[in-house]
Amino acid sequence: MKKTTYVYQPETPAPKNPDASLFRTVGKSAEEMDKVTRPNLSFWADAWRRLKKNRVALFGLILIAVYVLLAIFAPLFSRYSFSAMDGKMINAGPSPEHWLGCDSVGRDLWVRIWMGARVSLTIGIAAASINMMIGAVMGGLCGYYGGKLDMIVMRIVDILYGIPSLIITILVMVVLGPGIHTLIVAMCIIGWIGTCRFVRGEVYRLKGQDFVCAAKVLGVRDFTIIMRHILPNIMGLLITNLCMAIPNAIFQEAFLSYIGLGISPPNCSWGILAKEGIHMLRMAPHEILFPAFFICSTMLALNLLGDGLRDAFDPHLRGTE
Amino acid sequence: MLKYIGKRLVAAVLSLVALITVVFFLVRLMPGEPFTSAKLTQQVADNMRHYYGFDKPLIVQYFQYIGNLLRGDFGYSMKYTNKTVNDIIGQTFPFSADLGIRALVLAISVGLILGILSALHRGKTIDFVCVLVAIIGTSMPDFIVGALLQYFFGIKWGLLPVARYLGFEYTILPSIGLAFYTLAQVSRIMRASMLEVVQQDYIKTARAKGLSDLRITARHQIRNAIMPVITVLGPTVAAVLTGTFVIESIFAIPGMGKYYVESVANNDYSMILGMTVFYGSFLILCNLIVDILYGVVDPRVRVGSR
Repeated sequence: MKKTTYVYQPETPAPKNPDASLFRTVGKSAEEMDKVTRPNLSFWADAWRRLKKNRVALFGLILIAVYVLLAIFAPLFSRYSFSAMDGKMINAGPSPEHWLGCDSVGRDLWVRIWMGARVSLTIGIAAASINMMIGAVMGGLCGYYGGKLDMIVMRIVDILYGIPSLIITILVMVVLGPGIHTLIVAMCIIGWIGTCRFVRGEVYRLKGQDFVCAAKVLGVRDFTIIMRHILPNIMGLLITNLCMAIPNAIFQEAFLSYIGLGISPPNCSWGILAKEGIHMLRMAPHEILFPAFFICSTMLALNLLGDGLRDAFDPHLRGTE
Repeated sequence: MLKYIGKRLVAAVLSLVALITVVFFLVRLMPGEPFTSAKLTQQVADNMRHYYGFDKPLIVQYFQYIGNLLRGDFGYSMKYTNKTVNDIIGQTFPFSADLGIRALVLAISVGLILGILSALHRGKTIDFVCVLVAIIGTSMPDFIVGALLQYFFGIKWGLLPVARYLGFEYTILPSIGLAFYTLAQVSRIMRASMLEVVQQDYIKTARAKGLSDLRITARHQIRNAIMPVITVLGPTVAAVLTGTFVIESIFAIPGMGKYYVESVANNDYSMILGMTVFYGSFLILCNLIVDILYGVVDPRVRVGSR
């Protein structure tokens, strides 16, 4: 394609009058005219630019980053171990030695909260990511190829959808026994259904659009169409969904640990801390208040970040929720 | 419409059958057995196993169980040996249901009001308060809400009873604790959907016709905005019901939750099965009603969906 450019040619002879000698033609080359002066924004850069402007979402992102760093480093740099008991410090309140006080058997609460954060965040992120991946692949295949596969998977999804997921998770936990890995597996068994449904719908919608049709006409392979044309279009939604699914997974873990089916002592997670704290509510309220604060602020940060991401990826939705 | 209801009904029944089957076999896969107490001699344990039919092949037990279920018989509990599962459910379910209904009514009514107010006064203080409540509500697990309510209102300020379930004032804290999360979600969805509806053409038409603001809000805006709330009612009922497990244990309410958790710990096969099937079918029924309701309210659903 040849671009028409209107460029002042320096070679053109200057008008013959005496004043002209006072002026010099600086000139503009064709390349300079075509130059894009602003940086070319990719999809990600654009979303990041919008996210940066959203101070509330940025606050969420920073808070999560701080918590992740604390979860990694706080137990390493503390004098106390998360399982070491100190008989003199039972139910002790916050003090310079024990920043957040001690629990009912004299374990340092600050270290226990961050050890719990390791477990809870790991489970939350792992379960949500695995669910998203399975859901995206299944939903993508069903939406793109349709036909018999779609029929069968969707019937299965319809049936599984009716079954309360928590009940199945509880039963799977009972069969597999307590532990982090089994907890993640239990959450993934039917956790992918929601993502599968929505990805299927999106892919089905995109498949009918002109750019996919154009790619097909040009003879692009299915795999390339999915990777290059469809996936980038649902990536924003997927990431937003992931961000919203992490709090749910953390909730579920906390619930299971709370009723005694999650992590087993002396390991701890936020659910276990809450459970232990509630027992000591009357005597030492700090044991529930501190874990509650960290659990809630994490959920809050993730929710705010999720809202911000949705707005960043899809500016049309901004302000409606 | 009939076709739509028929489809939903078939899916619901299949879900139920799948649930029963999965639960039945999962329970048998569990490590351990109900009769492992050291006090039992081998002979007694064998007799017990024979009595409960555990010496028969699994598949025979399965069909026997299904047969009993069809007659509405959940069998005897293996832990509370003189009680049937039906008895226990009959005694405890009223408490759970009472609490659940109170929480649902509270969550839906207050959630809708908050959402509507917040959307009508967008950007004002009341909107800010409602959004804050919604965000905080969705960030707090019910056991933490319950514990905090109990601590502040029950212990610190001594305004309301701390635990048990004996009269109206006893129901206040558990209901709020259970309703909080759902309330926040309902108000969030209602606000978003109200704001979306305001931009529609029929609202402009109504305004152009000269209808009063109140009439527009009541007749046109809320009616159309309430649809997305109906879709989440199914999962909401599920969330409230499972939430009762935790709230019951915090406030020492003699509901089903405690028995369910205990039965899991005790390997009490018939209790686990019975309670799961009961809970599950209840939830499936709720989902079915919501689906049908949605089809009734919004004609596009039953025409448009596959």
